Amino acid sequence: MLNYQPALDQVYAALADPTRRAMVERLSHGPVSVSDLAQPFAMSLPAVLQHLQVLEGSGLIRSEKQGRVRTCRLEPKALQEAEDWIARRRSLWMRRLDRLGDFLAAEEKTKRPRNKDRK
Amino acid sequence: MTDTRERSAAHTTFTLERDYPVAPARVFAAFADSQARHRWFVHEEGWKLTEYDFDFRVGGRETGRFSQKGIAVYTQEALYYDIQPANRIVFAYSMKRDADLISTSLVTIVLQPAGATGTKLVFTEQGAFLDGLDQASEREAGWNDLLDRLGREVGGG
Amino acid sequence: MTQHSTQHATFVIERDYDAAPARVFRAFADLDAKRQWFTGPAEWGPDEHAMDFRIGGRETNSGGPKDGPVHRFEALYWDIVENQRIVYTYEMYLDDARISVSLSTIELKPKGKGTAFRITEQAVHLDGHDSPEQREEGTRGILEQLADALKRGA
Repeated sequence: MLNYQPALDQVYAALADPTRRAMVERLSHGPVSVSDLAQPFAMSLPAVLQHLQVLEGSGLIRSEKQGRVRTCRLEPKALQEAEDWIARRRSLWMRRLDRLGDFLAAEEKTKRPRNKDRK
Repeated sequence: MTDTRERSAAHTTFTLERDYPVAPARVFAAFADSQARHRWFVHEEGWKLTEYDFDFRVGGRETGRFSQKGIAVYTQEALYYDIQPANRIVFAYSMKRDADLISTSLVTIVLQPAGATGTKLVFTEQGAFLDGLDQASEREAGWNDLLDRLGREVGGG
Repeated sequence: MTQHSTQHATFVIERDYDAAPARVFRAFADLDAKRQWFTGPAEWGPDEHAMDFRIGGRETNSGGPKDGPVHRFEALYWDIVENQRIVYTYEMYLDDARISVSLSTIELKPKGKGTAFRITEQAVHLDGHDSPEQREEGTRGILEQLADALKRGA
């Protein structure tokens, strides 16, 4: 049996950082070299590389060295099918539970008696 | 009606594996054929079977009611979700002790050819054990015993 | 020949609601209430939803994007403890393909005047029926979900 939770946890952990989220966002438009990826961030190259290492470790991105240039790309396949599927189930429930919260709050506001007839 | 009992649910997953020296179709038949099933799964020394229904098809049910020397009545109720001959069985089942629901589980049984003539069986139970009335470890021990009996049924020894 | 595959996974989501357990429970027990929040993504059209909320009762819900596939949820209730617990199993279909079977446990506990809510889903995913588009959607889902969680200060 495979338990996908640890891999997902790694993904969540990797994405919990705003810099790494911004990097993933950037890569969602296409592959980018490390130096281009680092440019918008006010941090040292080693710090950038450290973030990339975390992202790569989570399987979210892949990097490749060609000559002197290291290029990063998003690797959505790294999230295996079952992980994606369970993540979808989970995110669907997150959205539903948000709506449930909204529904309960709205119901509270109107203070409609429970048994009152609806029109 | 207010329920004052302390409610709890312990969620557990366990996996058991067996290698049987017969082909997947033979192992599958021991699940599907009601006489074979009776021998290794339904009949149990010291237990009295008071009710039994078995409808082995997708959407079909299995209901068994067993009493143990007048101490307690156990009711097992299953619903078959997926049946792939000689390959896979997915079912949900619940166990009741007297009137109390003690667990609800989802079971996946996968049969794969192993070696030239054998079968690897992988049993996975994802269970919710309720109100502290049942224990996953006991359930696991119970299925271990059953899979050994299945081995004897299919002529493993 | 069809290649059969099975993969198992579990997830847990916890939430606190200001509403008391009886009200949260009713949002699951009453179909009119449940219709308000138990829905697919906003871009999907109206869905069909029927529910027989009692032990042994069934619930079906189907809907999906305009161009398909139809997502169908078929559930069976195994345990209902008023204001405290709901246990059900359900199948998910994409058109006619069964893609998963799950066991869900919903637990409600009083917390102050409100409710500590927890859903545990234990599931088996069958045969990898998902399409690449859905995979992409899944990845987006993770990002959205994460954004949600962060907004909430998780």
